[in-house]
Amino acid sequence: MEKPQGSGDAYWRATLGLLTTVLIIWFVVSFGFGIILQPMLDSIMLGGYPLGFWFAQQGSIYIFVALIFYYAHRMGQIDREHDVHED
Amino acid sequence: MDLKTLTYIVVGATFALYLGIAFWARAGSTGEFYVAGGGIHPIANGMATGADWMSAASFISMAGLIAYNGYGASLFLMGWTGGYVLLAMLLAPYLRKFGKFTVPEFIGDRFYSNTARIVAVICLILASITYVIGQMKGVGVAFSRFLEVDYDTGLYIGMALVFFYATLGGMKGITYTQIAQYVVLIFAYTIPAMFISMNLTGNPLPQLGLGSTMADGSGMTLLAKLNLVVTELGFKEYTTQTMAGRFDMFVYTMSLMIGTAGLPHVIVRFFTVPKVSDARSSAGWALVFIAILYTTAPAVGAMARLNLHATIQTGEIGSPEGNLSYEARPQWFKNWEKTGLLKFEDKNGDGRIQYYNDANPEMAKKAEAFGWKGNEMVKVDRDIIVLANPEIAKLPHWVIALVAAGGLAAALSTAAGLLLAISSAISHDLLKGVFMKGISEKSELRAGRISMAGAIVVAGYLGLNPPGFAAGTVAIAFGLAGASIFPALMLGIFYKRMNKEGAIAGMIAGISVTMLYVFQHKGILFIKGTEFLGDLGPNWFLGIQPNAFGAIGALVNFGVAIMVAKMTTEPPQHIQDLVESIRTPRGAGGATH
Repeated sequence: MEKPQGSGDAYWRATLGLLTTVLIIWFVVSFGFGIILQPMLDSIMLGGYPLGFWFAQQGSIYIFVALIFYYAHRMGQIDREHDVHED
Repeated sequence: MDLKTLTYIVVGATFALYLGIAFWARAGSTGEFYVAGGGIHPIANGMATGADWMSAASFISMAGLIAYNGYGASLFLMGWTGGYVLLAMLLAPYLRKFGKFTVPEFIGDRFYSNTARIVAVICLILASITYVIGQMKGVGVAFSRFLEVDYDTGLYIGMALVFFYATLGGMKGITYTQIAQYVVLIFAYTIPAMFISMNLTGNPLPQLGLGSTMADGSGMTLLAKLNLVVTELGFKEYTTQTMAGRFDMFVYTMSLMIGTAGLPHVIVRFFTVPKVSDARSSAGWALVFIAILYTTAPAVGAMARLNLHATIQTGEIGSPEGNLSYEARPQWFKNWEKTGLLKFEDKNGDGRIQYYNDANPEMAKKAEAFGWKGNEMVKVDRDIIVLANPEIAKLPHWVIALVAAGGLAAALSTAAGLLLAISSAISHDLLKGVFMKGISEKSELRAGRISMAGAIVVAGYLGLNPPGFAAGTVAIAFGLAGASIFPALMLGIFYKRMNKEGAIAGMIAGISVTMLYVFQHKGILFIKGTEFLGDLGPNWFLGIQPNAFGAIGALVNFGVAIMVAKMTTEPPQHIQDLVESIRTPRGAGGATH
């Protein structure tokens, strides 16, 4: 559903490319590391935290914050590259 | 000074502050009333969003859920924060570019249909009302425990306060009071947590303390110690236990994420910033402010659980002297016994408290050998964890007073945001949008205030007479938002071919599937005895609990909407142009009707 209908718009393609990248990381750190792979990752320790547990209760949240700011920053660049930024 | 006087002073001072701000930030136009004039700085908006989002449930209940569900409760942490990533990337900037006042308005315009708009209004009102009842209850409980007035009086005070600043200031007044409320609630949450973390691990930062070594000289990490303590008493291992299995956890997390992104009172906050780029970064700031509480909560939960067991199981398990004698119980224990939220029953008549998991057959056998006759802490309400935490850790009185003010700030700020979403759906979407198109701005503003007052009265009434189903309704709020509003908005932005037939069919299908699943397990309209399948693991579809079903509803919504859209005519050209226009940031003016 994320394919633009019949538009070869480069700006929209760049936007969707960024969205895909961010959503993959979003999925991997929470659903991947925090849930599916948690039993495996828990054999690794991060200080006093089992790693899978850390991703589920701390790490994924920090990464979410970083992802939004990265997205906002990259979108700003993409806006300017395609000359659609606000003045 | 005694605790009660101190609490009155602290709570009174915060209330005076909220009222002062409300008077200063009066709304003069519909733009100010609905979206605060569209001129809120993204960081300020992020802070207000944080207070708006973090309700009595986040402040009071979440740490308790974590304390008793350990790793399994991670789904609340990830679900209620991960939704902001979706919101920031998939919805907020585009809805800001669209530049209108409400969520149903977008759905109505994008799908060129008043029917779609009305369906969205119904979803919004149902989701918001169910949510607001919980906040009103939170206000009543916090008042009755800390100010020792009865529940009803507490509720009236809360209603009067919200009434004053929400009708006077609309979104503008609410935004500025929410900023003040955020500051109050975050201090109230983190200060006790820092004290407790310092005591247990020597590290004042709870986020690091949870992953540190115990300061008791045992050389064990806090989590390893907690695992040991709870498993010795027959409870599940803290860092690996799940609520209903890993697949359920996956689906539940997804439901909370899309539910968060689809809740209208949160979305509308991103209409208040000046630019599209601000809407993007503001979601990031909102999550920063939310993350401060959400990364502290797991430490609060784990440490409270550890402290609670250490208080009761003072020595070796099974030795006659190992358990706290009931006579020697601390003051906070007595205080909470009075509220009925903590209950002890001396089953083996030895005058000592045994707190263990008697549902675990292995532990029950061992306990029998000790002369224990079952778990004697017959009730430990999870909701007391945060409120009792400073008392358990023997912190000074002013910290306890601050926690009371914090709990009230969390409940009031969320209630105000929800009430605004409800009143703007009525005055802007129903009156101005559908039934009285010619209404003047002045009359609309008055209608907005009247519907706000009406919404407060309804919410207050439901808070005084909580319907029997109140406990089950959070599932509906998230289910509705996730299964109806989120997919409709997302398809409206990302799928140009989506037409009104598809969107309406999708929303109705998504809601129906979610509601039917909840009703089949929890009773039709939550009436006991009408459920045709018991609310038990083996009956759940693929083991998914009813609260987690929003994600499946959303999937159905997406599927039905796309199928129906493909079979019907494509949307008219001007709608396709509208979609093109919201996808690019240039030309975003102030929010207008």
